[in-house]
Amino acid sequence: MRAYVPEYDLEAPKTLDHVLRLLAREPGVWKPIAGGTDLMVLFEAGQLRHRNLLSLSRIPELGGITASETHVTLGALTTYTEIQRSELMRREFPLLVKAASWTGAVATQNRGTLAGNIANGSPAADSPPALLVYDADIVLLSERDPRWLRYSHFHTGYKTNLMEPDEIISHISLPRATAGCVQYLRKVGTRKAQAISKVALAGLAKVNAGTIERIRIALGSVAPMPIRCHQTEAVLADRVLDRAVIEKAKLVIAAEISPIDDIRSTAEYRKRVTVNLLDEFLTSLLS
Amino acid sequence: MFQTVGKPVPRKEGREKVTGQAKYVDDLTFPGMLMGATVRSPVARGRIRSIEFPDGLPWEQFAIVTAKDIPGQNSVALISDDQPYLADGFVNHPEEPVVLLAHPDKYLVEKARQAVRLNIDPLPAIFGIEESLARQQIIWGEDNILKKFVIEKGNVESVWAQAAHIIEGEYRTGAQEQLYIETNGMIAVASPENGITIWGSVQCPYYVHKALLKAFPLPPEKIRVIQMETGGGFGGKEDYPSMLAGHAALLAWKSGRPVKMVYDRAEDLAATTKRHPSRTRIRTAVTAEGKLLGQDIEFILDGGAYATLSAVVLSRGAIHAAGPYQCPNVRIRSTAVATNAPPHGAFRGFGAPQSIFAMERHMDQVARAVGLAPEELRRRNFLHTGETTATRQVIREKVDLERLLDRALDLADYHAKTKAFAEQNQRSRVKRGIGFASFMHGAGFTGSGERYLQSVAGLEALADGRVRILVSSTEIGQGTNTILAQIVAETLGINYDHVEIPRPDTNEVPNSGPTVASRTCMVVGKLLESAAIGLKQTLTKAGLLDEDYSSGEFTDACARYTERFGPLKSFCQYEAPPGIHWDDETYSGDAYGAFAWAVYVAEVSVDMLTCEITVDDFVALQEVGRVIHPVLAAGQIEGGVAQGIGYALFENVVWKNGRMANSQMTNYIMPTSVDVPRIRAYFEETPYEYGPLGAKGIGELPIDGPAPAVLNAIENAIGVAVNEIPLMPEMLLRALERGNVPMEASVG
Amino acid sequence: MGKQRIELHVNGHKHNVESYPMARLLDVLREQLGLTGTKEGCGEGECGACAVLLDGELVNSCLVPVLQADGRNILTIEGLQNDGHLHLLQEAFAETGGTQCGICTPGMILASCQLLKLHPNPTEEQIREGLAGNLCRCTGYQKIFDAVKQASHRAPGD
Repeated sequence: MRAYVPEYDLEAPKTLDHVLRLLAREPGVWKPIAGGTDLMVLFEAGQLRHRNLLSLSRIPELGGITASETHVTLGALTTYTEIQRSELMRREFPLLVKAASWTGAVATQNRGTLAGNIANGSPAADSPPALLVYDADIVLLSERDPRWLRYSHFHTGYKTNLMEPDEIISHISLPRATAGCVQYLRKVGTRKAQAISKVALAGLAKVNAGTIERIRIALGSVAPMPIRCHQTEAVLADRVLDRAVIEKAKLVIAAEISPIDDIRSTAEYRKRVTVNLLDEFLTSLLS
Repeated sequence: MFQTVGKPVPRKEGREKVTGQAKYVDDLTFPGMLMGATVRSPVARGRIRSIEFPDGLPWEQFAIVTAKDIPGQNSVALISDDQPYLADGFVNHPEEPVVLLAHPDKYLVEKARQAVRLNIDPLPAIFGIEESLARQQIIWGEDNILKKFVIEKGNVESVWAQAAHIIEGEYRTGAQEQLYIETNGMIAVASPENGITIWGSVQCPYYVHKALLKAFPLPPEKIRVIQMETGGGFGGKEDYPSMLAGHAALLAWKSGRPVKMVYDRAEDLAATTKRHPSRTRIRTAVTAEGKLLGQDIEFILDGGAYATLSAVVLSRGAIHAAGPYQCPNVRIRSTAVATNAPPHGAFRGFGAPQSIFAMERHMDQVARAVGLAPEELRRRNFLHTGETTATRQVIREKVDLERLLDRALDLADYHAKTKAFAEQNQRSRVKRGIGFASFMHGAGFTGSGERYLQSVAGLEALADGRVRILVSSTEIGQGTNTILAQIVAETLGINYDHVEIPRPDTNEVPNSGPTVASRTCMVVGKLLESAAIGLKQTLTKAGLLDEDYSSGEFTDACARYTERFGPLKSFCQYEAPPGIHWDDETYSGDAYGAFAWAVYVAEVSVDMLTCEITVDDFVALQEVGRVIHPVLAAGQIEGGVAQGIGYALFENVVWKNGRMANSQMTNYIMPTSVDVPRIRAYFEETPYEYGPLGAKGIGELPIDGPAPAVLNAIENAIGVAVNEIPLMPEMLLRALERGNVPMEASVG
Repeated sequence: MGKQRIELHVNGHKHNVESYPMARLLDVLREQLGLTGTKEGCGEGECGACAVLLDGELVNSCLVPVLQADGRNILTIEGLQNDGHLHLLQEAFAETGGTQCGICTPGMILASCQLLKLHPNPTEEQIREGLAGNLCRCTGYQKIFDAVKQASHRAPGD
């Protein structure tokens, strides 16, 4: 345990206003913390830069899963456990449920939050590929006006994103547009449970009489941040799917990613697996 | 037949463990206690120019210890005593301890630890076996060789000309971390007047005792080591505790206060011992029928920066290198080399997992070359009673490896599966395979080791008929307390509940030797069996007990004896079984009193899409003499197999300039509950004459077999030979490419 | 930054402690309340040795800042017994060989508690998944599966 505990402050406001006021008054000073499953690990390794932490866990507006006819809204504080227990999520957004079940293990899932997974910005995070293929929107709150962003624009680089220092994530919005779609998510980790992802591929497709009407492909762990594979999608969209098209898509995805060698895996392995997972997904669409 | 032995009696300390009441070292606090921390070298090799204590911290509040504060010898007594407690002038590996700090505030001592600046002029360092052998730098002795010897039987050079086949192979194993879930920890109280007391997470209290004797000017009776409940050891707490106890004692000595030092996981991973990485080259000559003519083995271990236990790890590894096979001509050239890594040390198996991995992978290659099925090659070469091992030890015990092999293969449904998988694999992207390893593991210290230890074990019978066991053998999860109590209860014919085993305290118990080398049941248990017989004889001779007696009569006898004569104790000291001869000079003779024999079968599937490998089923069959406690024995096998699967497939130490870069449990991967199959353990019993109630040792055996069995199964599944572990998917991908086997996309 | 007064309901008793807000719940339980049954194995939320039930849900106490536990209910291994009677899980772990060195046992038993609450009659796969965040180096998990099964069979009703 390598943090000098006495020099850290943790405030736990009871209202959203209080949170936003603190962030507005001292931007960059306060680090929001929810379940702590990422930040506390950094803290204990002595690597947490911020000395002032702002606990969001008591803010009721940031929790809960609600639905309208067109969208499902996941509050920032929705935990992985809550996602897995939601009947609605299991029915319409199974990829996010899968991702939640693969994030750490039970104890992590009871505390870890969706917004935490997003804000921490690890390229290996489990939820982002699913969020990307679901065309998620992300809403940011501050004392200024709330901002609606396409989630696919949110991450800008390695652990950088479009959030301003006075903002927090309010909720994620998912359009209820998955009916009739084939959904695919596969994670290759360091072991079968409680594993950091080496490669994760999410795919969503609507195929009509052999033609790809809609296609979304997203990847984790093969770039500085989670990515939508726009170029790969472009060679597939509106195409009649056949083996030649699949082979083309595989070439494109291999060029679209920039995996690295790191402590867990190699660029070569990540590239090969990415191509193979894409093949598995697209081949499943052929049948 | 037996009253207590062979029955699943309750674990002696089970209730404390399931209620959270068992006390591990970090659960203790003492009034006025300081927390200790270690400042360690950031570089692999260099000259210490200066040590800086930057402004901004109240250094006057700290106890600070460097090499010059060591009152006795600055070396951790073990075999060659070359490892210093604290680096003095030079550092020879990353994480080498240089400065010790203590302060009442655990947060502040950690802050101070991070603040101390070591100014070290780096020197060129060497990493890995090849660099050590290349000798671009000499970092130990004259030639970087920590230990070297040759085992020879017959004349291996004479066989090549007549051989129908000559098969060569190179096999490599990586470092492995013991990863006990409780990290290393010690508490020390020390002063010149009162001596030293240590409470620790420790396998060998007397090793610590011996080590402190050299570092402090105290007589033996003024050093006391007490073992706390220990959360796993596996060898990682065999010799390292001597270092940590020394550190805690130095801080306590300097400050006059109790000092607790408990490592966090990152420190424990980076700084403490690991299994020795190895490189084995084997050259084998066989006849056309597949009979072994000669085995020429070169066995090399990476020992890290100091000698510590490398000589003995090398020894055990080398002796096991030729496997359970008869071969008239064997040469095993064994070398342990120094590198600038933290010294490698004991880990369950102690050299044997490395050499057995090589031999059992190699035997499958030999089978392939000769055109025999792997099991047939083994059958044609297994040792029998009366035949000799590589050290020319005559196997005196009854052994029937052919039958063991048959039974193991049967339990695993090996033949049917081999056929079925070969068929299915043509149509499936997930390739399935099955493979096995046949091996043995010697129990007790090698060669003359047990004689040298001269272990003593004792019993004391109390007036109320309770019997206390007096040994320094430690309970570290494997069941020492329980099985030793069973052996004593059985021998005395009394209730298991009437036998107690207090926690080892060097003030209270004799030195029954270290808790290592699969010796606790077989050697110490035998001493206790003898001591129990001695106890009975004392009572019988005193006319207080008949040959046949009830437990009530035993209690009466104890009461009357103690009333009349005082304490009733019985001690027994180790004597080698008759006919055991070992020659240290020529490394030949009876290496071990007894071997346990095993055949392990692994079933795997390899997903060719991702190169992920899953172990789907595992059969572990062994002959162990006598099973003292069926649940504990199975527990040893199951736990050892899980560690062996980790060794084979998951546990990769990533080295960066001699330092473990993945020193977090997030990145050093051990199997979870989802990563292991049902491990099916089966036992056979051929009682060993000189084991307690016939028992042999089993603690290390189960970690020898899994890695080669799994890798043999993988080769069976995909047709590509991989001879290095841990086999990560990334490595398998490369092997497939080298072997021109496509890492396929979907089939069909 | 100073210490704050924090109220913790642990094993049915109310405690008021003065702690730094970012002190780990694990350390407060062990050092300030003397409940040393909860163990530290890794300090990274990987091994589960520090697991406790926070408002009935399994959490790794090494990752919980004590301020976030303010006013909440915590169950540690010490709270599982009832009047000296062992919980079914404790009995089962002791009997089946589910505990060897014992250091992972408190967290493992609490994780099994949560598991049985969610799945009173778990399949082996559910047991494996439910315990995947609790690492055991000694047992190879086999007898831990047996322990959970045994406890689930002996539990009164469903």
